[in-house]
Amino acid sequence: MTNTLGRPDFDVIAGWVEPGHRVLDLGCGDGALLKHLIETRNVQGWGVDIEDANVLAALRNGINVIQSNLENGLKDFADDAFDHVVLSRTLQTVRHTEGILREMLRVGREAVVSFPNFAYWQNLRSVLDGRMPVSEDLPYQWYDSPNVRFFTLLDFEALCEKMGLTIVERRVLDEAGEIIQAESPRDLNFLGSLAVYRLTRPR
Amino acid sequence: MPGIGVVESQRIHFSEPLHLRSGGILPAYDLAVETYGTLNAARSNAILVCHALSGHHHLAGHYADAPDNVGWWDNIIGPGRPLDTDKFFIVGLNNPGGCHGSTGPSSINPATGKPWGADFPIIAVSDWVNAQARLADKFGIDSWAAVMGGSLGGMQALRWSISYPERVRNALIIASAPKLTAQNIAFNDVARQAILTDPDFHGGHYYEHGTRPVRGLRLARMLGHITYLSDDQMGEKFGRELRNSSFAFDYDVEFEVESYLRYQGDKFAGYFDANTYLLMTKALDYFDPARLDDGDLVRTMARTHPDTNFFVASFTTDWRFSPARSREIVAALLANGRKVSYAEIDLNFGHDSFLMEDPQYHGLVAAFLGNIAL
Repeated sequence: MTNTLGRPDFDVIAGWVEPGHRVLDLGCGDGALLKHLIETRNVQGWGVDIEDANVLAALRNGINVIQSNLENGLKDFADDAFDHVVLSRTLQTVRHTEGILREMLRVGREAVVSFPNFAYWQNLRSVLDGRMPVSEDLPYQWYDSPNVRFFTLLDFEALCEKMGLTIVERRVLDEAGEIIQAESPRDLNFLGSLAVYRLTRPR
Repeated sequence: MPGIGVVESQRIHFSEPLHLRSGGILPAYDLAVETYGTLNAARSNAILVCHALSGHHHLAGHYADAPDNVGWWDNIIGPGRPLDTDKFFIVGLNNPGGCHGSTGPSSINPATGKPWGADFPIIAVSDWVNAQARLADKFGIDSWAAVMGGSLGGMQALRWSISYPERVRNALIIASAPKLTAQNIAFNDVARQAILTDPDFHGGHYYEHGTRPVRGLRLARMLGHITYLSDDQMGEKFGRELRNSSFAFDYDVEFEVESYLRYQGDKFAGYFDANTYLLMTKALDYFDPARLDDGDLVRTMARTHPDTNFFVASFTTDWRFSPARSREIVAALLANGRKVSYAEIDLNFGHDSFLMEDPQYHGLVAAFLGNIAL
């Protein structure tokens, strides 16, 4: 298995952006994804993060970064300002789930969302064994987890349908970062540790 | 880390008249200037630091004959400091209209042979930027590696990026705003009224009367000082502490906060020129670069260069230039697809935070400047 910087979803996302695209990365951390996209895909990138340490690290990485709280929406960003708005492994930490998804598709043509799938069979087994799951994609103990929303791949797709969002593409990865080649959503929901979606809204 | 050490200032004469936004003309003028570090052969490593209301050209270090006179932004400038003098050539100046060696109201008006006083023309931020552009020409600097400033200094950095987009490769706009609010103008007007109504003001021609409107200037500074601090910080620093153990039931200094403010007011009134204070507050009030674009800051920021990198920062406890005001600048830059970073720094010193030394704040400035390729 090869993937970039130990982040298999980065390569999936890199495959969805075109050179010159404007990319906004919400919860950008130290800017590693944007740096990767700038270097490999020649995009224009901006990141958003609330943590002091992440803003400093992103700036050190030469990334444009805006310190802001995603829970307050994206009011500093104009409509349709970006080609892609990325929310990588962050949706489960945001309380206003529908709000942030709507905001992403207001400021961007496409939303790219990746999140850990709580229905992954190893996670289910862990719960059946009596303990909350801890894994590559869920690397926290229950008491120190930043996650506030616990949902599965099928839950997410149901929400997209309710909100009228179009799922353009879906990639589901196992814990090793390999893309799972199953067809049925139920199988993917069972086998996938991390899901990456490409969404649009009808205009 | 030790600072820059002993520094010297210089006066540079400009004989070409400066045509001002107000319609006035400054026929010729001097600028007091300090520089630190070495301008490289390509003249590509220069950073201009613009001062705020009461600032000047003495940014860092101290004079050989005055070791206690340390520059006002010494904590950020020097070898190994965020504005690293081993890498950059730092330029500070006293703006025209100032009272620290540049031509200002206390200078002699060549037309009358007497101090300019109230006849000194009103100066706008854009006028300062034009004067600074001529200073850059003198140094042979085609484009600044960075233009930087806090508060009114940030307004100059912003104006630079709009007026001379090709001459600003990076802009640092700290604790600033795209224009003042009504509340902010109101504070400035109370400060001006304190000076203008002082019997020693003499319509601005107090130099000829051998007086200075010290009382008015002192009140103006006391008021300003309150607005530069945060409520929390004042509470922590002074609370309701009394200088003596019990109430005196009179109007003398009783609370520590009174003592502090009066001291600050006296100190400032002792050296600052009241006419300069008036000019600076008017420059603040008039600043509104979007005015010529029907108030649309997005259109104004379209005038900036697509390759200019912006660093905008605000402080959580700053209510005089609140984070929301900085975010207006950020939003207008983002709407134009400009390269901008924004930080909201959690510091407890109100508007004065921009002068403080803080690992996050200085780390961000160092990181931003560290990305500059010379």
